[in-house]
Amino acid sequence: MAVASTGAAARERTTRGRSLGSFSWDRLTPFILIAPSIVLIAIFVYGFIGYTAFVSTTKWYGIVPDYTSAGLSQYTDLFGLPRFQADIQNTVTFTILFLAGCILLGFGAAVLLDQHVRGTIFFQNIFLFPLAIAFVVTGTVWRWVLNPNFGINLLFDKAHLTFLESPWLADTRTALYGLVIAAVWQMSGFCMAMFLAGLRAIPDELREAARVDGASEGRIFLHVILPLMRPITLSAVIILGHISLKIFDLVVVMTAGGPGFATDMPSWYMWVAVFRQNLYGRGAAIAIVLLLMVALLIVPYLIWSLRSEPER
Amino acid sequence: MEAVRLPRLRASRVITYGLLLVVSVFYLLPIFVMVVTALKSFAEVSQTTPWQLPSAPSFAAFGDAFTTLAPAFFNSAMLVIPATLLSALLGSLNGYVLSKWRFRGADLIFTLLLFGMFIPYQSILLPLVLVLQKINLYGGIPGLVLTHVVYGIPITTLIFRNYYAAIPTELIEAARIDGASVLGIYRRIMFPISMPGFVVVLIWQFTSIWNEFLFAVTLTLPDQWPITVALNGLAGSLLAHYEVQMAGALLTALPPLLIYIVLGRYFIRGLLAGALKG
Repeated sequence: MAVASTGAAARERTTRGRSLGSFSWDRLTPFILIAPSIVLIAIFVYGFIGYTAFVSTTKWYGIVPDYTSAGLSQYTDLFGLPRFQADIQNTVTFTILFLAGCILLGFGAAVLLDQHVRGTIFFQNIFLFPLAIAFVVTGTVWRWVLNPNFGINLLFDKAHLTFLESPWLADTRTALYGLVIAAVWQMSGFCMAMFLAGLRAIPDELREAARVDGASEGRIFLHVILPLMRPITLSAVIILGHISLKIFDLVVVMTAGGPGFATDMPSWYMWVAVFRQNLYGRGAAIAIVLLLMVALLIVPYLIWSLRSEPER
Repeated sequence: MEAVRLPRLRASRVITYGLLLVVSVFYLLPIFVMVVTALKSFAEVSQTTPWQLPSAPSFAAFGDAFTTLAPAFFNSAMLVIPATLLSALLGSLNGYVLSKWRFRGADLIFTLLLFGMFIPYQSILLPLVLVLQKINLYGGIPGLVLTHVVYGIPITTLIFRNYYAAIPTELIEAARIDGASVLGIYRRIMFPISMPGFVVVLIWQFTSIWNEFLFAVTLTLPDQWPITVALNGLAGSLLAHYEVQMAGALLTALPPLLIYIVLGRYFIRGLLAGALKG
């Protein structure tokens, strides 16, 4: 019982300690722990973005910094450049095809894996392992597979599927599709994992109830399952969409933007402008355009995700 | 009833397996290409039968690839080990504070941190190079370690914050009443039960940093190149030597693949964490 009485005294002391606590180191500890990260992110993310935005309003080209104001002329020049116009068009086309490929293949694979057949784990691993591999590795292999002379074309030839043959990466009209195929190979497993988690979260009672109501399996799929996949599809579109806008490694390894500018992307052109051509102002402007495209996708998503987070 | 339903079930099962196999061929095709080509000799690679199995499998290409890539492999190891450990530790401390010591504005800070994980790094690349040059960290592995630690803060914080959120706050309050300090609670209560969180974060960071290319190619000079940059360089220096390129690709893919094979489910957890709402 002595413990209880000292316990009460101790509690009183703690309360008093707390009111004085605004000066105590312990109350400051959480801030001290998180401060380095906040400072680093403030400088390396927000400060650096600010600097890049500033450079994009200067005339700076050549190795020596030149901060003479250029207003928004870097941007107006940029949108007048055929190369950048091609970049925007390529990014949009690539993103749409990449998203469609990942979602269709990912959802298809998830539905197949949700059939409770034997070997589900085995197949799941086959669909997921590309996610663990570097884009540079993926690019190295697919560059070989999509080589028109000795790649997949030879297989199609042997199988009498000549209509599937294509010049792939060697032709301006098909090179972008080659990139899409490699990117879908790498990332579709991500969609599969998300859809599979979603499908498995659907309670069996829901399907049972629909069956009791006399709905056919096809109608259950269309009117019960598919609508439940909408939020997952939105998440997948945003996550994969922003990855697609930023795609860099695959472009460098597979095509370096060619042939011509057929697979050129803003992410790659920015790098070339700054680190190869010393066009710092232009490179900075490309970087900011790219950032704005990504932000347009991500900022609403971030707000939506954190708002709908359960209160703790 | 069973007897009537059985044949239909069987048919759908056959279709399911058939489709699964077709999709699997698509995913395994590049692995087949890598392994088969890497096991060939240069003479056989240059023949017109690229899809045939090697007539006399040899590991010579692996030897060549390893000789060329060994320094880069070592660089990558020197990069990935400290960067992974440091960013995991930072993420764990941040996650602890943001889940258990929520101050005013904590959610805003968290959102601002998270945004850093989605930005295209092109938007910070130029000032990053200039700053690293100024502090004499440009060109080598230490600068790359710093870069990966900084830009790893958002994802590691996110994973740990979600992990710690599941730990009952009453536990913290009880320790608090017993007079434990903020750091004491971390050391004696949170850290010891953090292992699963650490496994997810360590695997995620190891894989991402090992595979990363943009920072690596921008911030390092040739003798400090990590393996992804060196692999890309192989394609230029050994143009027609596809057997060496494929052996090099396998070598580059190996460490993350081994981790995936051994600890796959933790890898998937990290993957889905990046989607914020899995």
